[in-house]
Amino acid sequence: MSAGFTYADALVAALIVLGSSFALVGSWGLVRLPSLMERLHGPTKASTLGLGAMLVGSAAWFQLVRGTWTTHELLVCVFLFLTAPISAKMIAKVHLHLLRQGDPSAPGGPAGSPARPPGAADWATHEAPHEGTPGDFEGD
Amino acid sequence: MIRRLFPHPGLSALIVIMWVVMVGEVSFGALFLGLVVGIIVPIFTAPWWPGRPDVRFLPAVVYIELVLRDIVVANFEVAAIILFKRNRDLRPAWLTIPLDLTTPEAITVFAGTISLTPGTVSADVSACGKFLLVHALHAPDPAAEVAKVKARYEARLKEIFHA
Repeated sequence: MSAGFTYADALVAALIVLGSSFALVGSWGLVRLPSLMERLHGPTKASTLGLGAMLVGSAAWFQLVRGTWTTHELLVCVFLFLTAPISAKMIAKVHLHLLRQGDPSAPGGPAGSPARPPGAADWATHEAPHEGTPGDFEGD
Repeated sequence: MIRRLFPHPGLSALIVIMWVVMVGEVSFGALFLGLVVGIIVPIFTAPWWPGRPDVRFLPAVVYIELVLRDIVVANFEVAAIILFKRNRDLRPAWLTIPLDLTTPEAITVFAGTISLTPGTVSADVSACGKFLLVHALHAPDPAAEVAKVKARYEARLKEIFHA
């Protein structure tokens, strides 16, 4: 590797700084937003573009400096995108449950409590799925 | 016979591709082990996948590209909200999105897309499977937000999943 500053280094550095800036902003959102549901937005966002930019930086470093292609970054990205919405959903469901129970540890926040869905059925957190719903198959 | 060996050919192909990507090289050993896993896993998980989602390939690729671009743009918007918007100017809201999608796979992808695009997190689905509960970080006009999400993502997913 040649001594001194190269365009490859500049590109990789810029991507890493961009990624870590978004991670920082996401964490700052966690601190300053008013209640749990708003705070949930901060970290889920940091993990998309923040980590995405760092992974592109990592792949670019291997390609430009080492001259090899790596595929692991792609895999990290895929698994992250598959799991991040699920963990956010589980946290939200626990919050909905505590909110309905009037638990003092779960204040409603500026958005308040969600309205019941139109029709007879409640949200799935509070009610078992009905027969004939999507995903309800024979033998279930 | 073929059907019993490959209950989900798409899933098998996906597992082989993922395995090769994980190993990091295309070699006989990687392909062989990937194929073994790709045959065994769908057979043992078949009871939980009774349906076989019919996915249109090209619209799916276009959709992934659209979502990735939206993630980048919306990340900057949410960063601006976090950095510059005072809490008392923030208008968080619960959105109830009526679903036109009917298959569990399509609804899952829709809910995942909503969570990944910054500014909205999907929180729950109704027990009848006809409504999605979404929390928006800043939605001064909830009805417009619902219409936007439905037009941008759900309409495309309907096409992809033949719903």
